[in-house]
Amino acid sequence: MTEPLLSIEGLKTHFFGYDGLVRAVDGVDLEVNPGEVLGLVGESGCGKTVTALSVMRLVDAPGRIVGGTIRFDRRDLLSLSASEMAQVRGAEIAMIFQQPKVSLNPVMRVGRQIAEQFIRRRGMDEAAAWKEAIGLLAAVGIPAPEAKARAYPHELSGGQAQRVMIAIALSLKPKLLIADEPTTALDVTVQAQVLALLRERCKALGTSLILVTHDLGVVAQVADRVAVMYAGQVVEQAPVERLFEAPEHPYTRGLLGSIPVLGALKPRLVEIPGNVPTLDGVSVGCRFAARCGERLRVGSRCETEAPPVIARGPGLQVRCWLADPAAADKERALA
Amino acid sequence: MSAYIARRLMLAAPVVVGILLVTFLIQALIPADAVNTMFQGQLSDDDAAEAIKVMRAKYNLDRSWFEQFLIYSANILQGDLGESIRTRQPVIDEIGYRYLNTIQLTLASLVIGAVVGVLTGIVAAYKKDSWLDVTAMTIGLFGISMPAFFFGLVLIFVFAVWLQWLPVIVQGWQSLILPALTLGLIEAAPVSRIARSSMIEVLSREYIRAARAKGMSEATVIFHHALPNALLGVVTILGLQVGNLLGGAFIIEVIFGWRGMGELAVKAIQWRDFTITQAIILMGAGTYVLVNLAVDILYTWLDPRIDYSAT
Repeated sequence: MTEPLLSIEGLKTHFFGYDGLVRAVDGVDLEVNPGEVLGLVGESGCGKTVTALSVMRLVDAPGRIVGGTIRFDRRDLLSLSASEMAQVRGAEIAMIFQQPKVSLNPVMRVGRQIAEQFIRRRGMDEAAAWKEAIGLLAAVGIPAPEAKARAYPHELSGGQAQRVMIAIALSLKPKLLIADEPTTALDVTVQAQVLALLRERCKALGTSLILVTHDLGVVAQVADRVAVMYAGQVVEQAPVERLFEAPEHPYTRGLLGSIPVLGALKPRLVEIPGNVPTLDGVSVGCRFAARCGERLRVGSRCETEAPPVIARGPGLQVRCWLADPAAADKERALA
Repeated sequence: MSAYIARRLMLAAPVVVGILLVTFLIQALIPADAVNTMFQGQLSDDDAAEAIKVMRAKYNLDRSWFEQFLIYSANILQGDLGESIRTRQPVIDEIGYRYLNTIQLTLASLVIGAVVGVLTGIVAAYKKDSWLDVTAMTIGLFGISMPAFFFGLVLIFVFAVWLQWLPVIVQGWQSLILPALTLGLIEAAPVSRIARSSMIEVLSREYIRAARAKGMSEATVIFHHALPNALLGVVTILGLQVGNLLGGAFIIEVIFGWRGMGELAVKAIQWRDFTITQAIILMGAGTYVLVNLAVDILYTWLDPRIDYSAT
């Protein structure tokens, strides 16, 4: 078994706002192996993006990482100095964002924004860096790369802008790329192209990918392994086929059940009842219990005791009492 | 672009004509004219009356203000600013070097104001809500509230009297230091407020987070990624302030004995020397119009999204 490239343990990132404390990420455990594509899925507000930003140490105030460890390539990222962390960003861990058009600097030529990496991080001269930038633009499928390198971001389409972001992110051949909803802002036809490009470029460079998304279709297409997040925690981790064939957590089953099937004779879209709980209160029991259709009984362990992470096989982990045979049997006897 | 500039210059002409017309009207409404003032108490009443009549005819003061205005405009179009009523010298000789002096003072103040204002604005924005931010903005509030003439006297007291770094009466380039500091530091106050708010807005943008995600150092993020985006607002205020500086320079020039247009303007108004007054107003207004045009052109250079060729 190879050592994981990234391992997050008990990560807690809280926001200390005027309205009080929000536990956006509250005990996340995750691992990413070298060369692997991990899909990080969940509803809006479940803490996916904050988890991703925590790895980059780019959580803005009033947010702060208050606990846990993030180990990357045998280093503890949380103990690095600010300038050491800046060295890691871009060169070893890169990130691309949901809104590609506003993530590019509007007053800087596109080619310059790529070339900058080679100039500032690798000490290349202008001409060589510019040449590299044009090569990268070609590699991410931008037509007429010499001309487009001289363009400004507002002259690009959304899809082109995200291709440029990918070129920037992979310019220094990082070991890990975090893509936060990279296709959400794009047209459906462009989404598939950008996803294919992302997977292809990462495989070519041997770069691991964390794909943050709310779209299980995207995950099925690209990911090797999936982590499902709910209310600031990972509730299930599994290889992608296993997750789609036999989801263990009731929340995962709910998510999969709510994917609309084209042509299916369903009277209406299926949803998980209720809303994601606000993350400001202190929770007792399982965070999903109130919305869970399978919870053991009213007043049961599900509502009084937080479930631990239960290993169900290689690479398969679930945070649910139902996954613990002993607990489940005991509860059924009581019911 | 050149079509745009040509169109803007054409639009500037009616602005300048309008300003001239208004100042001419004011001139016409004031009861005492230059000739009255010139001979007051110097000749016997009869001689004075005769002299005044001759002089009035010479300067067309016996005609209606409207005729005077037409004659004046016609002369201006031929590049003739006329001659001073008081000194009988061509106005251009009186005003030329003074205009350069005032521009020199204005530019020096503008540079001081821009550099000090932008730097404090960046620090205040980057360390938002810290003691540095609060201190900078409090000093800025003093700067905005303080009249230029008072601040000028304070600087004279501190640097010339108290520290004795500079003589009270100075010659050469050193004489530029105190008036430029006075105007420049007062100028820095509004600039720093605009720079601060622009920077705060820009620093919250996605592309700044993306720049940090690229691993750019904080200095690079601030000066190469954020500042060029924040400069648009700063350039706008700087352009507007040039008008203030030209006006503010008038008072400062008198205090520091700086032989610029402002000092001359005060004298010319006392003498009712309207050819000089008009020329000063004309050059001030023309400068302001050109500066605004320069600012608009600067926008296209600062922000590639701005393009006038389509308009």
